[in-house]
Amino acid sequence: MTTTAASTGLRAEQDKGRKTAQNREKWASVRTYISAAVILVWCLAPAYWMVVTAFREVGFTYDTTPWPTHVTLDNFITAFDTSFGNRFGQALLNSIIIGVTVTVISLIIGVFAAYALARLNFRFKYLVLGFILGASMFPGVALITPLFQLFTNIGWMGTYQALIIPNISFVLPLTVYTLTSFFREMPWELEESARVDGCTQGQAFRKVIMPLAAPAIFTTAILAFISSWNEFLIASQLSNEATKPVTVAIASFAGAQPNQIPYTAIMAAGTIVTIPLVILVLVFQRKIVAGLTAGAVK
Amino acid sequence: MATELGPTPVKPASGTPDVHHGPKGVGEDNRILSQGKWASWLLAPTVIALGVVIVYPIISAIVMSFQKDAGLDPVTGLFTAGGPAGIQNYVNWLGQQCAAPGGGTVACPPGTLGGQFWTATGTTFLFTVITVAFETVLGFWMAMIMARTFKGRGLVRAAVLVPWAIPTAVTAQLWLFMFDFNGIINKLFNASILWTGSEWPAKWAVIIADTWKTTPFMALLILAGLQMIPAEVYEASKVDGASAWQRFRLITLPLVKPALMVAILFRTLDALRMFDLPYILTGGANNTTTLSILVINQIRQGFNSAAALSTITFLIIFLVAFIFVRFLGANVVEQSGATGKGKK
Repeated sequence: MTTTAASTGLRAEQDKGRKTAQNREKWASVRTYISAAVILVWCLAPAYWMVVTAFREVGFTYDTTPWPTHVTLDNFITAFDTSFGNRFGQALLNSIIIGVTVTVISLIIGVFAAYALARLNFRFKYLVLGFILGASMFPGVALITPLFQLFTNIGWMGTYQALIIPNISFVLPLTVYTLTSFFREMPWELEESARVDGCTQGQAFRKVIMPLAAPAIFTTAILAFISSWNEFLIASQLSNEATKPVTVAIASFAGAQPNQIPYTAIMAAGTIVTIPLVILVLVFQRKIVAGLTAGAVK
Repeated sequence: MATELGPTPVKPASGTPDVHHGPKGVGEDNRILSQGKWASWLLAPTVIALGVVIVYPIISAIVMSFQKDAGLDPVTGLFTAGGPAGIQNYVNWLGQQCAAPGGGTVACPPGTLGGQFWTATGTTFLFTVITVAFETVLGFWMAMIMARTFKGRGLVRAAVLVPWAIPTAVTAQLWLFMFDFNGIINKLFNASILWTGSEWPAKWAVIIADTWKTTPFMALLILAGLQMIPAEVYEASKVDGASAWQRFRLITLPLVKPALMVAILFRTLDALRMFDLPYILTGGANNTTTLSILVINQIRQGFNSAAALSTITFLIIFLVAFIFVRFLGANVVEQSGATGKGKK
């Protein structure tokens, strides 16, 4: 009698315990979804607003309807319009020229250093790594003054090389340490296995190492290109009307009225320079996150 | 080397790396030696390139900073020659002294660049401390959410990359638009604040925009650190009856600390050189001028005193990095680091 009472009591308690545990789990998952929604809104809302404004008629610049209204493509035409002194099309081309050149140079130079740092044992390895990491954290303003004077003296102000060379100072270190951490994780034993299986060294490199290294190099190239594409400080000082990249062009976008900022056109321009990056980043999301965090955590 | 036979192996004075502990064959020594030669060839292009684009400008800036600026004296209108200045440029910046008519210096009148050094330093550190604090807390929270398993996690992880991918110049214009008097933020909070029109709203505008832009980077670094923690550790602590708070404080925090410190170090150094955002968002008005903006404004007034200021900025950032690495245990090299063996 007493035992059955006790056992039913126990069962009830267990049931209750299970229920509260289930409830707690359900609550935890609800909280997770709410938090995830908050993160999504916080990260995407401003970008969404940029795109919505980019497609809105100039007269409705300050319209705050949360969904697209008064949709037009005029702003994109205005963005490329050169009659107010903006040269956005040229600036886009400049950014591509500078970004591609900086990325290619940094990769060609950096891939050797990364191989050495990832694969070889030598003295001062940590000193070199420290130097390269330190270089990537280097303040741009510390370089700009002497470069400004130097480029003025040798007549390089506003030339492409004057914009490309300083960018290497921060893109190259980024390239080296991202590639180093990628290379460190590659299964290099496969190269030897290929040799054992009768490949020549060249074949082993071409057929085994290259396909393995290609994604790492490609991801690093994207990161390098983005950081060069986003550079502003050096370009704002060393470029001129003909060579200024998009960041500088967008920062000083002129409108029809001198005292009115042409926000819709600026948002259109911003959308144009951002969308390719965002697509690139979303497509290669996993690799990019790995590359971004590779330097810091391993 | 091989001829040296003693009761205890003699450590060669040079040529052999001290990266390996314990006994090893001479063959391995030679292998490392040849690897060292290989490595120096492979590293040479990078080291030379960085030497040209970083070390040369730095040395050049330091040399310039000890020179007088040549040019027309703004007060007397007379041409003054350059020449060695000793530490005068540094003294001028730190003491906020400007050249006085007829030689000597006086306290810089308010509004001139020379009189802004300490406010710019204060602003830079204020921005750094507040934005990094926000980003750390917010980034940690985001990372904890993203580390959970739930449907749509991939979407969230992709979404945090969006602010990171938008160029800072575009971010600045976007927030300038949103902070406009007629903009969405005033409308949303039913406020009528002239965000870029007075000191604290302007500062908050910069802080909010910077936090938005850079929290994702922090969150991803912390997430990468969180993912290094084995799940069994949590399972075990759950069995032992640890509460959620205890698990966070006693497991998550200490285990994620190395990655967290590196993330904070990266962000701090980045925030100390903040330029694009305040330069475009507020133009440095209303006490939002950071040290970087001050340097840029000074360049066209005189290279040499700009060089002195940029050297001071560099030293400040270097000092902060040193404090982080030395006293707060942010071990960047080891974290970014090597295979584990061969640690010096």
